[in-house]
Amino acid sequence: MMKTWQAGKRLLPMTAALGLLLAGCGREDLSVLRPQGPVAESSYGLMKLSITIMIVVLLIVFSIAAYVWIRFRRKKDQDEIPKQVEGSFKLEVLWTVIPLILVIVLAIPTVKVVFAAGNDHSDDKDAIKVKVTGHQYWWEFEYTDYGITTAQDLIIPTGKHIAFELSTKDVLHSFWVPSLAGKMDTNPDGTVNRFSFSAPNEGVYRGKCAELCGPSHGFMEFKVKSVSGEAFDKWVASMKAPESVMPEDPVLAEKFKSQCLSCHAIGSMPASPVAPSLTGIGSRESVAGILLNDDTREDGAPVLENLKTWLHDPQSVKPGNKMPSPKDMGLSDEEIDGIAEYLAGYTLD
Amino acid sequence: MDWITTVDHKKIAILYLWAGGLFFGIGGLEAILIRIQLIKPMNTFLDAQTFNELITMHGTTMIFLGVMPVIFALMNAVIPLQIGARDVAFPFLNSLGFWTFLFGGLLLNLSWVMGGAPDAGWTAYTPLSSTGYSPSHGVDFYTIGLQIAGLGTLIGGINFLATIITMRAPGMSFMRMPMFAWATFITSAIILFAFPAVTVGLVLLTFDRILDANFFNVAGGGNPVLWQHIFWIFGHPEVYILILPAFGIISEVIPTFSRKRLFGYSSMVFATILIAFLGFMVWAHHMFTTGLGPVANALFSVSTMLIAVPTGIKIFNWLFTMWGGQVRFTTPNLFAAGFIPTFTMGGVTGVMLASAPADFQFHDTYFVVAHFHYVIVGGLVLGLFAGLHYWWPKMFGRMLSESLGKWTFWTFIIGFHLTFFVQHFLGLMGMQRRVFTYLPNQQFDTLNLVSTVGAFLMGVGMIIFLVNVFLTSRRPADAPDDPWEDGRTLEWTIPSPPPEYNFKQTPLVRGLDAFWKEKMAGHKAMTPAEPVGPIHMPSATILPFLMSVGIFIAGLGFMFSRDEFSSGIMSFLFNNYIVTALGLLITFGSMLMRSLFDDHGWHIEPEELEGR
Repeated sequence: MMKTWQAGKRLLPMTAALGLLLAGCGREDLSVLRPQGPVAESSYGLMKLSITIMIVVLLIVFSIAAYVWIRFRRKKDQDEIPKQVEGSFKLEVLWTVIPLILVIVLAIPTVKVVFAAGNDHSDDKDAIKVKVTGHQYWWEFEYTDYGITTAQDLIIPTGKHIAFELSTKDVLHSFWVPSLAGKMDTNPDGTVNRFSFSAPNEGVYRGKCAELCGPSHGFMEFKVKSVSGEAFDKWVASMKAPESVMPEDPVLAEKFKSQCLSCHAIGSMPASPVAPSLTGIGSRESVAGILLNDDTREDGAPVLENLKTWLHDPQSVKPGNKMPSPKDMGLSDEEIDGIAEYLAGYTLD
Repeated sequence: MDWITTVDHKKIAILYLWAGGLFFGIGGLEAILIRIQLIKPMNTFLDAQTFNELITMHGTTMIFLGVMPVIFALMNAVIPLQIGARDVAFPFLNSLGFWTFLFGGLLLNLSWVMGGAPDAGWTAYTPLSSTGYSPSHGVDFYTIGLQIAGLGTLIGGINFLATIITMRAPGMSFMRMPMFAWATFITSAIILFAFPAVTVGLVLLTFDRILDANFFNVAGGGNPVLWQHIFWIFGHPEVYILILPAFGIISEVIPTFSRKRLFGYSSMVFATILIAFLGFMVWAHHMFTTGLGPVANALFSVSTMLIAVPTGIKIFNWLFTMWGGQVRFTTPNLFAAGFIPTFTMGGVTGVMLASAPADFQFHDTYFVVAHFHYVIVGGLVLGLFAGLHYWWPKMFGRMLSESLGKWTFWTFIIGFHLTFFVQHFLGLMGMQRRVFTYLPNQQFDTLNLVSTVGAFLMGVGMIIFLVNVFLTSRRPADAPDDPWEDGRTLEWTIPSPPPEYNFKQTPLVRGLDAFWKEKMAGHKAMTPAEPVGPIHMPSATILPFLMSVGIFIAGLGFMFSRDEFSSGIMSFLFNNYIVTALGLLITFGSMLMRSLFDDHGWHIEPEELEGR
């Protein structure tokens, strides 16, 4: 056992070099190759070890292949019959044993990390407990200890373990934040999954759904926003005691109440099982998970513009989503713009 | 008519080849459409629903209707010849297997024109594949079409098992059997154990969808994870059903063009059996992220990694078969040579995927897409190309053009690596699979463009192959018995294409590589094991075709049994199961005919044999 570990250690320098090379790949907030937290880091460690072993194997196979193709090419007028070799017991044992050793080198840390990843922190008093529910095509985050529910933006304090409990309200989804941790499926009740991760640094990380869940599967994105402990507490406080200000115009307020709030929830209303909570939607990272509220970037736009895009034709943004078009519900263009303005101004803090 | 009634394994092979080629073409077009859609971010070439139908049909078509029949084509064309038999054990069943496969495949593809293709992915995970979330008939076409096509595969597998066990020429012990025959034997055994699982799964899903059963419906006490287990208990062995025949082909092609016997024959046999065995033990590695818990994940991780060992044995044995030989790079051997490094790359990423905590990151991303295309296209399709070019003269009596063959190889393999190598990185950079488009500025754009360009190049390779086939078919059938000159096994001892009875006299096998052994002993032909005598042949029959038509009609009838039709007559016919009953009547009627009328077949007399 000891020996195999040493073999693993000998591969370390190459692993390190490879790590540097791979780290050039992809965005920091998205790429598996640029892990931003310990859980993603442990997967990445295994990946580096396995890639190293596999590159060694490939190099051996490629060089033997190249050698035999060049060296034993049939030459012109070469007509004698080559020796019909039956095989070689020694050689065959050799290439049975070497792969076996390589497999053991990879299997031991794999098993270790598998069991470490099984530790879900659901009994950890210090961990933040979040119930994640997948919906076609949005994510609901319920903070059970605080009694608050939000959608699309998962706000977490840096450094703390987040203990997740994952399930789905409709079809299977898979909860994935590549730069923070591997994915975990959301199954229906009865097979609820638990796992945990933590983010040591502040930042916004891109999350995705990784299990085919219908037409807009590719658009079922979310953001993980890792903030300082104080900022998190402040956010929780403002979520808990939200001012649910209605639109100023009473006609619009009535429309909003009767048309939107029949599915959505705001402020202290109990969370709706069919539609995302709208509390503080104006300060979220995105509208519908994919329209980025960042007008400093070329692929982003101001939140108001994004809300208008969404409300005027939700199907064109996310085909197959369950939200009825506000136009079909009898809202005029002005009313839709008015609601968009109201929602854009509905911020926390 | 001759083709509809034939029971000759060589003709059925050609039927399998054309049908497989047709579906492979459809699957390929679907792939090209998928790649066009992904050429740039936020592309609107296809809508999301169509895209999901395309990926579902691409996967399903390629696995069940594209490569499987081509494998069956080669097995049918070669196996009886390689083991010195005059046909397969059950020629009638062989024909039935083909026709059920074809009508199952046609039924599945009818979905494109009859109200929507299946859209839940080729794995059809519930609840997405339940009527609640996939209300069109698409998934019904999937369950019923695959059920019918699967019948054909199961029949074929059983037939090959019986053929190889009972019909080997005198002297051909199991340990003297060519590797391709071994691969077919083991593959057929896997089919025998794996296909019943998918059969059951498809029945349960059909019941859920059409009869409102609750096998997978949570509200009714069912469990969607159950589907995943049933699907992958079939689905993982299926991977070996696909790749083992390719291993067999490579093990035939490399020795022939190295003029050397296969290195480590017995370890090759052992490795094949071990791979088949392990293949059944690892299904849950497709489900690491389903939440099986650490114990199951650890066990399935390690057992999956173990498959690398027998596979490694094979790779090195092939390399050492060429070592010390005289390697000739004919088209078949180019494909075989290209197979080794390409398949190895697919194999090593398989080991990487086996590590469960790393798989949490790889799973359902383009890394996985890259991996299984390296195995299935870089392994199986390259293997099939090697086999097709190798045995084409035996099947059709015509040599494919070598220069066009080399063009096919180079365009295809360069296109292949362009398409799929970059996808490893796309996956690692955070691109999940089965997305109909992606947002810009995620650094996915360039790699997706490269991938699409590669896909087109692969398409060009396929077209060159088709041109080659077309031009070859116009040339006279003048291929010699042993066109590669260094043939080692029995199929090269008889004319190309072989007469319908294959061997005038069953040959006597004196060792491994029977023909090579005779050549080395200075003989020009095999020593016969029997005197020339009358040869018994089975009669042609249309019953297998009719049986399959019946099942096809019954499937359609069952599927639409609860639909409302605009025409009252249609509603009456379907809703009262009259169409279903009619289809079943045709099938069972044909079976009854088969039972009642004893057909003893006919004989080819010795005078006729000598007269040729």
